[in-house]
Amino acid sequence: MVVTTRNNGSSNGLTKFWHRNGRYIVPPIAGFLVFLTIWQMLYSIGAIKLPGPIDILSDRNSQILILYPFYDRGGLDKGLFWQTFESFQRVMIGYTCAAIVGIGMGIWVGTTPMINRALDPLFQFLRTVPPLAWVPISLAALQQNEPAALFVIFITAVWPILINTTVGVQQIPQDYQNVARVLQLSRKKYFFKILFPSALPYIFTGLRIAIGLAWLAIIAAEIVMSGIVGIGFFIWDAYTNGNVNEVIISLVYIGAVGLMLDKFMAWLQTKLLPNN
Amino acid sequence: MTTAAFHDTSYDSMPQPHPPFLTIENVTKIYPTSKGANVVLDGVNLNVAEGEFICVIGHSGCGKSTLLNMVSGFNQPTSGEVRLKGQLIKKPGPDRMVVFQNYSLLPWLTVYENVYLAVDAVHPEYDEVKKKDIVMHHLAMVGLIEASEKKPPQVSGGMRQRVAIARALAVRPELLILDEPFGALDAITKEELQEELLKIWWEQKCTVMMITHDIDEALFLCDRLVLMTNGPAAKIGEVIRIPFEHPRDRDHILEDPQYYDLRNYILDYLFGRMSHEE
Repeated sequence: MVVTTRNNGSSNGLTKFWHRNGRYIVPPIAGFLVFLTIWQMLYSIGAIKLPGPIDILSDRNSQILILYPFYDRGGLDKGLFWQTFESFQRVMIGYTCAAIVGIGMGIWVGTTPMINRALDPLFQFLRTVPPLAWVPISLAALQQNEPAALFVIFITAVWPILINTTVGVQQIPQDYQNVARVLQLSRKKYFFKILFPSALPYIFTGLRIAIGLAWLAIIAAEIVMSGIVGIGFFIWDAYTNGNVNEVIISLVYIGAVGLMLDKFMAWLQTKLLPNN
Repeated sequence: MTTAAFHDTSYDSMPQPHPPFLTIENVTKIYPTSKGANVVLDGVNLNVAEGEFICVIGHSGCGKSTLLNMVSGFNQPTSGEVRLKGQLIKKPGPDRMVVFQNYSLLPWLTVYENVYLAVDAVHPEYDEVKKKDIVMHHLAMVGLIEASEKKPPQVSGGMRQRVAIARALAVRPELLILDEPFGALDAITKEELQEELLKIWWEQKCTVMMITHDIDEALFLCDRLVLMTNGPAAKIGEVIRIPFEHPRDRDHILEDPQYYDLRNYILDYLFGRMSHEE
């Protein structure tokens, strides 16, 4: 979260800021420090084999990785920002497709009870298939890494969007339907003025669940797909080279992006649905 | 004064000079259930003249709403027919606008947009200026110009019902149908809205059919009051002509001794003869 204050440099302003926000800043930092300390201690007494935070930060290789996220030496040898950015782009492409197909299909299924009866069991079955299980299928079907990765994102993200949209459309309150019937609204007006706004909170729930799942899936998908730029494969590559430091630093990036995606969707939700 | 003087027989027995505006003829509504047929309404007959204000009163579960739903077209009679200006009613339509008990406003649209949606849906051929004028005129009529950019959840219950009334009137329905419109409002707001509704009805000369639970409300508003018998198999028990002259003034009516005779008569009907036996 970004906190902007009008800081004119006076100690008075800083004190005020501290008074207002101190209790929201101190506990998370303290929690984080305790976590790092315990981790370091467990390493020091030999309980875990993972390097501790101090060891990671003092390692020359890790320092380069942390300090130069934007380096690009061609091929797969890119900084962590670019690795993450590649994965993020894949997620955005797959997720956008999932949103379009999920919302479109969801509205169709939700408004057509017969189609719903026909397809719902299939959807309920397919949505329980874990993302990793789709990897070999999509590789076999699409032959290439890049489209296969996109497909895994798509197929992971589409179910929550589709199912939530369907439910949202089915649960349009009778009151609103009555208004539409009395006014004999055209199909277009019914769609834009009643169906879509009424289902929007449900659609958003689906979209928010899906963005988290899509981000989980890309890491899983890339780990298996060798030879592509992306944070998932970067981790796997680092692991196979025995470079655990790099793995841990990459995790920070993955976590940060996941958190930002979720916060962004939450923010978008409050912007677009002020009533809920 | 005998109570028999209230009874309105003219519409049922005398020949009509013009075809009546709204006719409800031998309407029966039966819902099939697992335990056999559930007869809600059994042979309801009623004629409503153009420009009349009709109230329907009766105990809950007596089929008032079912009757109204067949006039609005949300429901079809099992047998018998409902006609507006000779046309058989088959489905809902903007010529019979409904003001629902729970307002049924769209919360994602502003007050203005809620009314505009109705005008735009019913009169797509009007130009923008005319549509806007109609919306603003009807919002002004119910005193909602200041709230026009607010969303329904941001305004009070009384204001929401005003929006619903403005929305219904903005499309100039032949018949305005109100299903216990003021049931959820506090006493003061309720009286204000009753007066506004009566004023609008008087000015616009529309025909109104309204369900209510409230005897005083019915006596203040309507020309004729329809008393329903208890369900199941409810029918119209009596139709009472309310003799007060329009435009009505509440204080004036309350001083009229007839008011109390009527009130007692209706009370006796509902809680004496039609009280629930169990």
